[in-house]
Amino acid sequence: MPEPVATLRLGDDERAMLAGGRGAAAQRAMRIVVDAARLLGADRLVEIASAHIDGCLYHGDGGVLFAELLVADGGRVAVPTTLNVGALDLVHHGRVRLTGHEAAMAARMTRAYEALGCRPSWTCAPYQAGHRPALGQHVAWGESNAIVFCNSVLGARTARYGDFLDICCALIGRAPNVGLHRDEARRATVTIDAGGLPRALVEDEAFYPVLGAWLGRETGGAVAAIVGLPPRIEEDRLKALGAAAASTGAVGLFHVVGCTPEAPDLATAGGGAEPRARVALTTAMLRGARATLSTHPLDEGAAIDAVAIGSPHLSHDEIQRLLGLLAGRRSRVTFYACTGRHVLDALSGSEVAALAAAGIDLVVDTCVVVTPIFADGRGVVMTNSGKFAHYMKPNTGRDVVFGTLADCVESAVAGRLVRDERTWS
Amino acid sequence: MELRARPLLPGSARGDVLRLARPLSFWGGVDPRTGVVTDPGSDGHGVSLADRVVLLAATRGSSSSSAILLELIVAGRAPAALVLAEIDAILAVGILVARELGRSTPPLLLLPAADQARLETGIPVAVNADGSIVTV
Repeated sequence: MPEPVATLRLGDDERAMLAGGRGAAAQRAMRIVVDAARLLGADRLVEIASAHIDGCLYHGDGGVLFAELLVADGGRVAVPTTLNVGALDLVHHGRVRLTGHEAAMAARMTRAYEALGCRPSWTCAPYQAGHRPALGQHVAWGESNAIVFCNSVLGARTARYGDFLDICCALIGRAPNVGLHRDEARRATVTIDAGGLPRALVEDEAFYPVLGAWLGRETGGAVAAIVGLPPRIEEDRLKALGAAAASTGAVGLFHVVGCTPEAPDLATAGGGAEPRARVALTTAMLRGARATLSTHPLDEGAAIDAVAIGSPHLSHDEIQRLLGLLAGRRSRVTFYACTGRHVLDALSGSEVAALAAAGIDLVVDTCVVVTPIFADGRGVVMTNSGKFAHYMKPNTGRDVVFGTLADCVESAVAGRLVRDERTWS
Repeated sequence: MELRARPLLPGSARGDVLRLARPLSFWGGVDPRTGVVTDPGSDGHGVSLADRVVLLAATRGSSSSSAILLELIVAGRAPAALVLAEIDAILAVGILVARELGRSTPPLLLLPAADQARLETGIPVAVNADGSIVTV
C-alpha cells in the first residue's frame, strides 16, 4: 500500500490560520485544504496569485449551505478570484428553465459567492475576461477547460481541484503543492506528431477540437508535447483544443512545441530530454475522433432542431466571426450562443442588433449543458464545440452533431445539416 | 474474511458491498437526489449507492464529483463507506465539506483493485476505524 510521500509542513502564518487567528472562515478553509493536502501527500502549501471558482454552480442545496456558512463566518477571498458559470442567466431572465426551490437556491448561491468577494465574472473563459496570471505563477483554478488553458497557454500553474477546494484555497491564499504545481509533473511524457497530416486538415478550424478529443481519449492524464503545428495559433483555437481534451480525458496540461510558453523546443517540453513515447497522427485517427463528437449519424440534408455554440464561452472575436458568416441571413432554428458578460459589455449596439435580427439567442453567465435551457430532451443539436459535443447527450438528452462554425451557420440558415466534408473525406 | 484497507478519512460503517469495476464519474453519472447510478456505461447502472459499502476500482475525474458526493450526504443518500483503489482528493473534498456542515459522513478508504475483487457485491460487511473491512 503506498504511504504518503511527504509530511506536510506548515508555515507560522498557516498554523495561525488553522488555529483560527484569521477568522472562522479561513480556519474552516485551512482545515479542508490541510486535510486534502495530507491525503495527496503534499510536502507544503504554495502561495497563490489568484483563484477561479467552479464550485459556484448549483448542484443541490449542500453547496449553497457551505457557501453561506463561509459568508456567515465572515469569509473574504485572500486573492483576486473569478467565478465560473452559474446555473442562472442573470442578464436574460427567463432564459433558464429552473423554477421554484431550485431557482431560489441557485440565486442564493450566486449571492453567497459574490459576498465572499469573488468577481462576478460568471464565465468559463476567465482568461479572456482579464484574468491572466503570469508564466510560472501558482494559482488555484477550477473548471477543466480553464485549468488546461491556464497551464498550457499561460504557463501559470494550477492542479486539478475538486469543487469547493477552489474556494477554500482562495480564502487562505494557498494551495497544496501537488500535481501540476510541481516541475516534474509538467514535463511532457509523450510526443504527438502532427507533421504528417495534410496541410488543409491542420488549417481547418475543426482540427483543434477534434485533436483535443483524440488527445483526451488516447493520452488520458499524460502531458503531451505536440509537434508539427504552426508557431502562431489563434488563442480561440488553443481554447477549443484544451476544452475538448479536458472533456474526453483528464488532461490538465499540453505543450505545443514552438508555440506554448514552456515548450520552445521538444527537449525543453520534456524537461531536458525528448519524451520516449511518440505517436504520429494520421488522417484516419482524426476522422475517427471527429466521428465520436456526433451521437447521431446524420446524413447531409437531414433536419436539425437547434445550434448551440460557446463552450468555452465565445470571445468577442468569435462573435464577430459568427456575424460575418451569417452575412445578414437569419437562423431557421433555435440558435444559442453562450458567452460571458465581459463579451456582452464589449459588443457594440449594431452587433447586438445584428445578432437579434439573425435570430441568435445569447446565453450569458451560464451555458446550455449545465442548466436547463432547452425546452425538452428531444431533437438534434449542432455544435462546433468539442465540449458541448461530449456533454450534450448525457446532460440534456439531446443528440448532437459536430461541425465547424461555418457548418453550424449554414445548417442554421438552411434548417438542415450542411457540412463541408472536403478536408475530412 | 478480513481485509486491511488504508483509512484516508477514518470511520466505522456497515452495509452491503457494491463493487464497481468500471470507472465512474459521480458528476453526470450519479443522481445527486437519489444516489442512483445513471451512467449507462457503469456496471452499477440503475443501482443506488445509498447505504452501500461502495468499492470503486477507478474514478473518472470530473472535478464536480465532490459536489455530487456532498449533495448525496446532505440528502441522506450517500454510500455507507467509500473504498477507492487510488487516492482521489476530489471525492474526499465532498466528505470534508459535509463534515464542516456538521453532517455524519462516510469513511473513505484505500484498497487496491485486486483486493477489492475479493469482496462480492451483496455481501454484508463492517468497516472499522482502523481500516479493516470484515464480512459479517
